[in-house]
Amino acid sequence: MTDITTADVQRLAQLSSLQLSDDEATSLTEDIKNILNYVEQLSELNTDGVAPTYQVTDLENVWRSDDVDTYGLEREALLELAPDTLAHQIKVPKVL
Amino acid sequence: MVMISDFLGTSAVENVKKALSAARENESFNALISLSETRALERAQKVDAGEITGRLAGVPFIAKDNFLTLGDTTTVASDFLKNFEAPIQATAIEKLETEGAICIGKANLDAFAHGGSTENSAFGPTKNAHDETRVAGGSSGGSAVVVALGIVPFALGTDTGGSIRQPASFNGVVGVKPTYGTVSRFGVVAMASSTDTIGVLSSTVDDAELVMDIMSGRDSRDMTTLPDFFAPKQESQTKRVAVIKEFMSDAVNPEVRKATEVYVEALKAQGVEVGEVSLPMLAYALPTYYIVVPAEISSNLARYDGVRYGARSPEASSLDEVYGLSREAGFMAENKRRIIIGSYVLSSGYFDAYYLKAQKARTLLINEFNKAFESYDFLIGPVAPDPAFKIGENSDDPVKMYMADIMTVPASLAGLPAVSIPAGATSEGLPVGVQIIGQRQSDAELLAFAKRSV
Repeated sequence: MTDITTADVQRLAQLSSLQLSDDEATSLTEDIKNILNYVEQLSELNTDGVAPTYQVTDLENVWRSDDVDTYGLEREALLELAPDTLAHQIKVPKVL
Repeated sequence: MVMISDFLGTSAVENVKKALSAARENESFNALISLSETRALERAQKVDAGEITGRLAGVPFIAKDNFLTLGDTTTVASDFLKNFEAPIQATAIEKLETEGAICIGKANLDAFAHGGSTENSAFGPTKNAHDETRVAGGSSGGSAVVVALGIVPFALGTDTGGSIRQPASFNGVVGVKPTYGTVSRFGVVAMASSTDTIGVLSSTVDDAELVMDIMSGRDSRDMTTLPDFFAPKQESQTKRVAVIKEFMSDAVNPEVRKATEVYVEALKAQGVEVGEVSLPMLAYALPTYYIVVPAEISSNLARYDGVRYGARSPEASSLDEVYGLSREAGFMAENKRRIIIGSYVLSSGYFDAYYLKAQKARTLLINEFNKAFESYDFLIGPVAPDPAFKIGENSDDPVKMYMADIMTVPASLAGLPAVSIPAGATSEGLPVGVQIIGQRQSDAELLAFAKRSV
């Protein structure tokens, strides 16, 4: 049984940049505990000497020509997507 | 339902108007997030004027709302991207437009395609085309319902763990999930990059084949696309198939099993040799999937930071809050569950026990599939253990909800092509599908076989 606490969930949420409310963290803890207990059954499987699979294309070293692809987009079109801009830059709250 | 041929050789403007009005008449199903009336009619006029020609000239279609399209929002059924208007189109959309097809709107889905019922949508659940008290399946639920209701002849979907096949089965339409790498994913919102695929839902296999023929192929903007290999076949050469033993267990609804049995009998009557194959690793496919996929999700969804696009929380007063509060408000509970599980299984101390273990289990699953394909051309079984369930029935139990994916995730983890074809209905009138799984790059033969056998 995986023992995962609300504090663990809050720590993971913080690592994932999710600012959870306390109520939400409590309800997620229960769900996550159940899901982890379910996936834990993999531990009974013998995987000694088995190589992991990270991708299924069998493609290796896919090259492309060294050309810049702008996707036909202008800088302004992308800036328009940002929630806040100033002087052709994306604006965020002060960091320092 | 309607077919592509119903829309060929007729006025494109009339086609689009007809589809738009059918969409409006069926609003109660909540299958659509938006309609692209202005752009669709503009393009239709160009088709009628002969400025755009092609194999799908004037044929209306609908895309799942995780495909970037012009002239419309791309919301991924989330609050995060509720007002997002993409500046580019997905390659798949581009290719269909080049052949004259016209995208008339965007279909509902589980937010960020996380789910198997289209209930996890910021725009509310989509209802099943055959019973409005039941789920559409998911995550391409809206795409399946618009085809089942006859609004359009085909709709685009994405399938990461069953998101095309399962809603196709729940609504009685054809659903095609190709070999991983067949269709470019450029311009499609990423979920789990090692299993995400793009495919189609339609009323006939012939129509699905034509759409796949147009969409497939190498794309320099998606380096995971395979060299061109898909070429439709006139006739199927398939002689030997096998039913997957584990998919016919007592845990599967008897009426769902019956649909596969009836289908198999029909194959035998056509002279196809039908064996049985056991793949013990299938028991581990679902836990493997729910480790690998959340891990990839937690990475892919890091980009939603409230800085470059999407909604920023108005309450944020520091950069950390821009990230934390925007993500808190923009994601739904299921998105958060998957992100947190992904962070957990990738964190040091747990990586070997979960993530690495799962990727090794994946290898064992692939080995078993490969062995089965030494003896059989295709593997057959149901698509999901039960027909469409009631809306709200599984909402409080994520693990129970995940169980609906148990028969579709194996092909996803192995990158195999798989189709869901309609195979009748239960005594309650709920559609049931049959799933046919092939080896990698057998897509053309798979569709030829599926065509012949229905």
